[in-house]
Amino acid sequence: MSALLQVRQLSLHYGQRVGCEDVSFDLHPGELLCIVGESGSGKSTLLNAVAAQLTPAAGSVRYRQRNGEWLELAALSEADRRRLAREEWGFVTQNPRDGLRLNVSAGANVAERLMALGMRHYSQLRQLASHWLERVEIDPSRIDDAPTSFSGGMQQRLQIARTLVTQPRLVFMDEPTAGLDVSVQARILDLLRRLVNELGLAAVMVTHDLAVARLLAARTMVMQRGRVVETGLTDQILDDPQHPYTQLLVSSVLTT
Amino acid sequence: MTPHYNFAFLDEDTKRMLRRALLKAVAIPGYQVPFGSREMPLPYGWGTGGIQVTAALLGPDDVLKVIDQGADDTTNAVNIRRFFSRVAGVATTEHTADATLIQTRHRIPETSLREDQILVFQVPEPEPLRTLEAREAETRTLHALADYGLMHVKLYEDIAQYGHIATSYDYPVLVDGRFLTSPSPIPKFDNPKLDRSPALMLFGAGREKRLYAIPPYTRVESLAFDDHPFELQRWEQQCELCGSGESYLDEVVVDDRGTRMFVCSDTDYCHGRRAEAAA
Repeated sequence: MSALLQVRQLSLHYGQRVGCEDVSFDLHPGELLCIVGESGSGKSTLLNAVAAQLTPAAGSVRYRQRNGEWLELAALSEADRRRLAREEWGFVTQNPRDGLRLNVSAGANVAERLMALGMRHYSQLRQLASHWLERVEIDPSRIDDAPTSFSGGMQQRLQIARTLVTQPRLVFMDEPTAGLDVSVQARILDLLRRLVNELGLAAVMVTHDLAVARLLAARTMVMQRGRVVETGLTDQILDDPQHPYTQLLVSSVLTT
Repeated sequence: MTPHYNFAFLDEDTKRMLRRALLKAVAIPGYQVPFGSREMPLPYGWGTGGIQVTAALLGPDDVLKVIDQGADDTTNAVNIRRFFSRVAGVATTEHTADATLIQTRHRIPETSLREDQILVFQVPEPEPLRTLEAREAETRTLHALADYGLMHVKLYEDIAQYGHIATSYDYPVLVDGRFLTSPSPIPKFDNPKLDRSPALMLFGAGREKRLYAIPPYTRVESLAFDDHPFELQRWEQQCELCGSGESYLDEVVVDDRGTRMFVCSDTDYCHGRRAEAAA
């Protein structure tokens, strides 16, 4: 099967400091790839560079569209980049407050992307919004409530609903469960796993939590100081780490 | 006319700059053109943008009408009219039909406008997306890409909260099928008058330093949802002075016991109808 996303020798620097260096990988349709590593290892930088939110210094990112055509992201115009982000991609941020529009209701948050795609039928928008709230386990009766009145876990689920409502093919997630307590994390991971399976999404997820990778991802990439030090099947990496840094990561996980 | 000022207060170079910006605005209907807004001898919010546009357009033969909320005799209207009769010595009128240039705040006259008339609007906030997107760079990008889904988020919120589109003034319009535009805070009752109007419509925002235009006979469409179409407000009452059932009515409290009356907001229209009835 042909890949959905091809990343080749991607590098990005913040002045003298390395953001990420010489990263290459392929992502296939329906696959969930986890990028793990400690804080400052370049995970989020890589994610943002791949999602065309940052401009890489070198390397290329190619994406295969619905119609089978390959797009070189660096060569895209701003308009095309936005169209892609709107129609085919989704981005879930770590802090739901960054990804949500806080001054409008939950329903409007979910419906916004649909309206951006040109849907102009209020009852349909409403119905879809309420359906998606239900899918992310938010009581649909709260459709007109402000997201600020939601708990952190609910806000994160709302952001997921808002992102997935347009049925994107590829979703980027930046530590979607960080900052939530363990039981809420578990519910969201469960939800993500189910939705990713049901919708057949491809996803790149950044996390510092190896348990998250174990639960969700078939494949995992380990980063240190901006470079990928090890990549492979998640179980293989976690059970039989080869690189010293990965061994350190795996051994530093608390086991009860 | 006070001799200490150049004709129409502004110096010729400033007027020229304004005219160039206005030409650009007319060339790109609904596009907000930046201009070098000047300090005017009245505060922001009192129509500095409209006054600068009027000053740039006035010629000695023009007949100026100024209205505020439809009325010729309110403070803002009286002041601006007197200002131009002093610094430009132009003739002024209260009759819509006699005016060549009409500066307005918050209304479009009820009397149909003609091709030889220009309507100048005072605009407090030229950016219709501003309440939803605070960043100017972002709203400009959205305009450039005609990416206007955001505006419907506001209308969605209206329906979700009130059961109908509750925005009743400054109701967003799409000009010539391209630029999302604020019609200035006119009641949405006046929105249909913008569509294919024979008169040139110019908009000036002094504080925000933006001009834009709706050229004559340009298509102007009020945004809506398929199942919640654009609707005009209606009154059960008629104007108590002239009996009009078609004009935009103001509700006026007339005593301390809460007695109300409904009267036309367009004073010239109301006077005209009463004079007609008396004749």
